[in-house]
Amino acid sequence: MRWGLEGVSVHFGRKVALDEVTVPVDASGITVVIGGDGAGKSTVLRTLVGLVRPDSGVVSRPPKRATGYLPATAGLYADLTVDENCKFSASAYGLRGADCERRKNELLEQVGLNAASDRLGGQLSGGMQRKAAVVIALLHSPELLVLDEPTTGVDPVSRSELWRLISGVAAQGTSVVLATTYVNEAARANSAVLLEAGKVLAAGSPEAILRSVTGAFGSAVGGSRPTPQSWRRGAGWRIWAPSGVLPEGVTPLQPDFEDAVVVAELVGEAR
Amino acid sequence: MTFLAEAAGISKCFGGVVAVDSVDLVIDEREVVGLIGANGAGKTTFIRLLLGLLRPSAGTVRLFGAPPSTATRRRVGYVPQSLGMYADLTVGENWRFASAAFGGRCGPMPDGVAVREASLVGSLPLGDKRLVAFAIALAHSPELLILDEPTSGVGPLGRARLWEEIRETTDRGVGVLVTTHNLEEAEQCDRLVIMADGRAVLSGTAAEIVGDHKVIEVRCRNWSKALAVLERSGFAVQLHAEVLRVVGPVSAVAGSLSEGNLDARVEVVTANLEETFVALVGNR
Repeated sequence: MRWGLEGVSVHFGRKVALDEVTVPVDASGITVVIGGDGAGKSTVLRTLVGLVRPDSGVVSRPPKRATGYLPATAGLYADLTVDENCKFSASAYGLRGADCERRKNELLEQVGLNAASDRLGGQLSGGMQRKAAVVIALLHSPELLVLDEPTTGVDPVSRSELWRLISGVAAQGTSVVLATTYVNEAARANSAVLLEAGKVLAAGSPEAILRSVTGAFGSAVGGSRPTPQSWRRGAGWRIWAPSGVLPEGVTPLQPDFEDAVVVAELVGEAR
Repeated sequence: MTFLAEAAGISKCFGGVVAVDSVDLVIDEREVVGLIGANGAGKTTFIRLLLGLLRPSAGTVRLFGAPPSTATRRRVGYVPQSLGMYADLTVGENWRFASAAFGGRCGPMPDGVAVREASLVGSLPLGDKRLVAFAIALAHSPELLILDEPTSGVGPLGRARLWEEIRETTDRGVGVLVTTHNLEEAEQCDRLVIMADGRAVLSGTAAEIVGDHKVIEVRCRNWSKALAVLERSGFAVQLHAEVLRVVGPVSAVAGSLSEGNLDARVEVVTANLEETFVALVGNR
């Protein structure tokens, strides 16, 4: 583990926001923190970058100037152009001149924003704002890039451009940590951490998480709920039999990563 | 045959801008149709045309076999992305307000809503808020439901539970139109219509839309160098753990890799829905 959280607990007043959470962050790779609204994803990221002080546990991170962070709500300065937004943030890291200009243009081009560099931040669509904000977090070539739901509300084309950009920096040796509510983004990570109500329900590579599920899985056509441990997928049902014995009439199938995540949440909820 | 909703060649122009361009779409009983598109593709305008909130510049809309009117609107339930509830009123107050707006035709509160009756809507977790908004939209027993990004921001189990509610209504005969740009949500639908630049460019099941779209999977011990080499050669590369997924002719991809002296395994595989969507609308 290069950086990350180890056994970190955070309380806000009497509320337990994080309960002994471990999020290992490896060199060059993408770590995805997945969970629903209120799971504690933002608190994990804020603790990682030093905006929240943990009550216990260990946090390792590079120095501030080697960290890039995109908060969940960050937009741009609405009354500055994309170009001015970039230059302002770059100057905060002491970046200016031709190198800064080259880096900025290269990143904006990768997410298809070079033609928008003279537009005001406030005039961009939500997806364009998120892309520009990720570019800004990358301007100073951080060693650790932390992104809080960079793709929420972003359309598929922009989402794909953002992932391409993130893939590129991860391949160049930047550690990327990002939060998401989308299973398919966790499925493509090097390492995933499933969080719910401040607790880690599953962690590891997506293959390891999938391998760790026990019991049998099956599918059934629509109609009433086949067993208590069933959930909808498309028009049909998915069924998990922890005992390994599926009810009659259920077609057995190999679970996928989404099944593994839902099962971890079901188990976590029952605890 | 009468559909719940039927749009035939509808267009809408705002000044010189064509927001919706000759779209045909039907929604039948018991089915979930997903309307998929990027921001600005025309999804919201299309829904406003369908509801009769906007008059089409060309083409016809029929709801339950008749032109849209206040009478047909009564038979439609709608949950906007913003959920359309008052955050500083309780769940019960929101319920009664919506009920009054529909002429008091709402039945008793379902159990899942009743237990939260006294809670302020603004204080509920997002998944609960979505369940309440959904219950309110269903309270007047609509025959057609229109849902805008119904599970945005909700975790995997919460999403499965919301879809359970949606499927319960289709099992009762309701038809559902879901608008989304989340392709995970799209895969839950029975049928998809892809919109781009105001037009319905493709429709079918998720598998039909993917059709024979392919991508190339590249496995290489030195995946980071392989990614850099392919990007330099102009390919769009996506990283899935340590596997690269690339769009392009397989011979060109393999050629670039061998020029970079990289020993890699290259395989043509079926694209996923997101890759297909990007290929279809990405360069428009």
